[in-house]
Amino acid sequence: MTVTTPGAGTPATQPLDGINVSVDGIEVNVPKGTLVIRVAEQLGVAVPRFCDHPLLDPVAACRMCLVEIEGQPKPQPACAITVTEGMKVRTQLTSEIADQAQKGVMEFLLINHPLDCPICDKGGECPLQNQAMANGRGETRFDGVKRTFPKPINVSAQILLDRERCVSCARCTRFAEQIAGDPFIDLLERGAKQQVGIGDDTPFDSYFSGNTIQICPVGALTSAKYRFRSRPFDLVSTPTICEHCASGCSLRTDVRRSTVLRRQAWDNPDVNEEWNCDKGRFAFGYQADGRIEHPLVRDESGELVAASWPEAIAIAAEGLKAAGSRSAVFTGGRLTVEDAYSYAKFARVVLGTDNIDFRSRTATAEEADFLAAHVAGRFDGPSYADLEAAPVVLLVDFEPEDESPIVFLRLRKASRHGVRVASIAPFASSGLTKLKGSLISAGPGQQPALIASLTDNVAASDSAQTATLLREQGSVILVGERAAQTPGTLAAVADLARTTGAKLAWIPRRAGERGALDAGALPGLLPGGRPLDNDQARVQVAGEWGIEIDQLPPVGLSLTEVVSTVHADNSALASAADPTKVERSITALLIAGVEAGDLEDPASFLMAVDSVPFVVSLEQRHSDVTQRADVVLPVAAAAEKAGAFTNWEGRTQTFGQVLRDALTMSDSRVLAMIATVAGSQFGRGDIAEIRSEFRRIGPWSGNHTHMSDVGSVDTIELSSGEALVSTWRPLLDRGVLQEGDPYLAATARPVEARLSRATADAVGATEFVVVSTDNGSIELPVTITQMPDGVIWLPTNSEGSSLRVELGIGQGSVVRLSGGAA
Amino acid sequence: MPLTPILTAHWDDEDSHTLTGYRRHGGYDMVAVTLNSNPDDVINLVKESGLRGRGGAGFPTGMKWSFVPQNDGKPHYLVVNADESEPGACKDIPLMMANPHALIEGCILASYAIRANHAFIYIRGEVPHVIRRVAAAAREAYSAGLLGKNIQGSGFDLDLVVHAGAGAYICGEETALLDSLEGRRGQPRLKPPFPAVAGLYASPTVINNVETIANIPTIVRNGADWFKQFGTEKSPGFKLFAVSGHVERPGIYEAPLGTTMRELLDYAGGVRKGHELKFWIPGGSSVPMLMPEHLDTPLTYEDMGALGTMLGTGTPMVFDETTSVVRAISRWIHFYKHESCGKCTPCREGTFWLDQILERFENGTAAETDIEKVDEICKQIAGRSFCALGDAASTPYAPALRYFREEFLAGTHTPANQLFDPVASTVFTGAMA
Repeated sequence: MTVTTPGAGTPATQPLDGINVSVDGIEVNVPKGTLVIRVAEQLGVAVPRFCDHPLLDPVAACRMCLVEIEGQPKPQPACAITVTEGMKVRTQLTSEIADQAQKGVMEFLLINHPLDCPICDKGGECPLQNQAMANGRGETRFDGVKRTFPKPINVSAQILLDRERCVSCARCTRFAEQIAGDPFIDLLERGAKQQVGIGDDTPFDSYFSGNTIQICPVGALTSAKYRFRSRPFDLVSTPTICEHCASGCSLRTDVRRSTVLRRQAWDNPDVNEEWNCDKGRFAFGYQADGRIEHPLVRDESGELVAASWPEAIAIAAEGLKAAGSRSAVFTGGRLTVEDAYSYAKFARVVLGTDNIDFRSRTATAEEADFLAAHVAGRFDGPSYADLEAAPVVLLVDFEPEDESPIVFLRLRKASRHGVRVASIAPFASSGLTKLKGSLISAGPGQQPALIASLTDNVAASDSAQTATLLREQGSVILVGERAAQTPGTLAAVADLARTTGAKLAWIPRRAGERGALDAGALPGLLPGGRPLDNDQARVQVAGEWGIEIDQLPPVGLSLTEVVSTVHADNSALASAADPTKVERSITALLIAGVEAGDLEDPASFLMAVDSVPFVVSLEQRHSDVTQRADVVLPVAAAAEKAGAFTNWEGRTQTFGQVLRDALTMSDSRVLAMIATVAGSQFGRGDIAEIRSEFRRIGPWSGNHTHMSDVGSVDTIELSSGEALVSTWRPLLDRGVLQEGDPYLAATARPVEARLSRATADAVGATEFVVVSTDNGSIELPVTITQMPDGVIWLPTNSEGSSLRVELGIGQGSVVRLSGGAA
Repeated sequence: MPLTPILTAHWDDEDSHTLTGYRRHGGYDMVAVTLNSNPDDVINLVKESGLRGRGGAGFPTGMKWSFVPQNDGKPHYLVVNADESEPGACKDIPLMMANPHALIEGCILASYAIRANHAFIYIRGEVPHVIRRVAAAAREAYSAGLLGKNIQGSGFDLDLVVHAGAGAYICGEETALLDSLEGRRGQPRLKPPFPAVAGLYASPTVINNVETIANIPTIVRNGADWFKQFGTEKSPGFKLFAVSGHVERPGIYEAPLGTTMRELLDYAGGVRKGHELKFWIPGGSSVPMLMPEHLDTPLTYEDMGALGTMLGTGTPMVFDETTSVVRAISRWIHFYKHESCGKCTPCREGTFWLDQILERFENGTAAETDIEKVDEICKQIAGRSFCALGDAASTPYAPALRYFREEFLAGTHTPANQLFDPVASTVFTGAMA
């Protein structure tokens, strides 16, 4: 953009296809298609507006932004007029007509707007209030009767609507239709009775509903969670990064008197634009209630009792030091980059073990291989912007609306502009439908063969186009963490990317997984994606850590391998003639943020935790693990510490400490205390020190490992009445981080089982289906879905459908089906 | 000027509304010939005739048709706006009742010209008898091979849909009509894109008024020069003038454009006996009122424009001295408030506010400051609303105030019904005594 003032001569540079316009006498050259209101913004002229939103299609409904355009008989809405060559625009700053028009509209907007600013959530941060102060008249001329409505009404359990405050700008309804693709709210009635509303039985249960509150230019939409809780001017705000999923949304966290009251999406054009999902917005209650408040240790009778920090740290240090390389570290997927790095370093430096695994979910050796070869320490994958420019985006075992909602929103934006989306999945989900995507139907186990057919360009006709488009420049493959649950899938995806040249990204569900991977919290991987068995990598890391190269441990065990090793130890002990002669391979566990119910076999894991002699747990809330630990050390939740998360793109974004007077310590700080007492060289565990150390190590520039061959995969023969399970977690379910947020939980999608008509008929499941294994059974309502026969889809961890804990099953497991009665 | 019964020529036939009745006077005679000619010739003929839209705005019809892009690979649509809902306008509904086939023949010719194979007649929902009549005529035309596939062996296909609206004045606004026709809530669309480029189902669409389309067969039959011999240079042709109000014989008088209101009043038997003209409105409540001194101005688009009013729908309303101007304006404002779609602020809130103040004038409880306030509110609506409904709502007050300020002043202390007996201005007035 080139700005000149009249008489200043020809600007030195002019874009070739730019349009010359003037706003308030300032001449400017802007790209074709620019809206007048955007030109004004670029020049620093604030034209008042309500319905205009840069990410929504123009509607020109509120008429607040009327400006004078030379040659036009009437004032024109700046939000809906694109520039033309030579256009002369005069805003309220230089045009009496524009100024009068805007003042008139402002007066109209206020006649029916209640004067309840003192009790309105929006008061103090309200565009209507602000612009009324700037452009409105001091006293009203309206002495009639205002239109009123009964108030408020619930458009969903979470979103409340005070209709008399609404100025009919249609931002919320346009958001729901254009951005989220969930048009459950719309304008109803006409004239002054026009109002936002929902259908009789269709509440606004969109995963993105909270955004409408934020873009509402008045206080018409409020959340059950925040309504009447605070005034904006009492809030202290901190820019943060969402701790829920791997999308990496920038947020603003608002605190009043040391309590987090609200989170909002923050502008980040490269990532979440101006949106976030309802989980990121509303699920933060877990940080407030039910926290572990002080260290706990086991007393002589075996009870967990409160202890002082020095006492607990001393016991932890002693126990862990004694175990040394016979310990293992499980970090969970929710740590900040800095904390994950501290665990990675603590395991290698303080414990001398490589037994470390961040994956608290089903995790295979194939996945570890894939991550080391294609993800860890690599930053050449696709970005959000690449999704918008791709000829095709192929989703493999990845349900973006549930697993990474902002990826979903960006894909939806892309699909509205013609980007094609294809998904290898058992059925066309509502998310895929909203992306206008095509389904490449695959029951559990069929993915590798289907992917191979794309690789070999011999795909069936309905996916042949995807195979062709994948070979075009800029295509993208997004693979979800679920792919690890079907052997051969990740290897096939890697092959497909290599053959077609498509960009490949792995999108885990949790915010901390990519960061933990880059930090080296996986066996065989040092920070920056360095292979542990590479000499140069060892030299670099050992040098930075101040240890000898040979002090670095050999390649260790994954979580699954540790658990089976513990069970092998137990068997050996049980069968040994003289148990004192048997040495355990694993004698201590250091566990952070692992929810047993998320693991492939929760019971087996907890039995292992029970039998390992010494367990240290760093946790925020009580869990199955803390109950079994010998030392429990409370650590800071996301709002209580500074840190960073690395999102699926590999983009690391830092955030500050929200609750600045929190007394809790970060995992890094607690680990540093243990290390100090254990007499190890570790550091202070403060964030600046960790960041600079991690930055000095940097990403690995040497060769990455290659995936080893997966070998052939056995096909499963189903008997009559059996089905294969396909499963993932809906965005809103029984996740621990959603605890304490009942309004949010009430907007979750109904828990249901999906079956094909033939599968349902074969077992007599008309309305309900009973799903059983040797572990137990559950009964769920049936939704007949077009999907492969002999497959049942179930939510992984929802109310009444807790597959791991209740049935001991996961993706690809075999279950027995029968008709239900309930 | 003499009356020129052309569209109305055979309305008094028993069977004027039937195919037989229409054909007896040459109806549909030109269809076969026209459908074998070049469609552009039809457009050029209509352009040449100078026909202007009869819905109110007076936009040249041929020019509108020529905006439709050709060979664009998209379906084209003709939509007939039969949502006649303007207070005082009553010309399309009688036309459709008396001679629906003129409209259907016009649809065939117009669709052919703009290369549309689908035409829609959108009729306001409150007139089921009209909907039934037009639908029956369409069935007749289908049976006679005048609609459907390969019309008269010409290879031209046309499907005609008679669509009932649901009773919203805003759906007479062409883009709101399109939304309604697509099954949505009727609210005007942002332009551009204009309907000629992206109208119904995002395809090129021409929207014309009933009377405009009914004019097409006469032009095709008789030629442009014949058509131009009526009316003035800028307003050629003839017009259905629907005269209503305080006249002896209210009704439809078909006369050339340029006829004066004084002539129309004569045809209508003058102002009702014993009364005198107070004010009149050339076409629908949306256009500014005129006074007795304007009776000799020709009723053309250009001459009405020069007086600061509009020809509009060409349906004059006549008011005698029993009329309370305050009450008339109040009724109209109430209508616009009730019909405002709610989309834009000036119309939605402005009419809501105006309605309350006008009610005060009517009740004799207004303040003197309200007189200027209403004027300012109208100015805050005019030219700032999303569509013309806001303009329409803001139009009546200023001329009413200019000519009858004292009635508004009286509204600050005396109810209108004490100044003007409401019964006195009704048709049944003598019967009440």
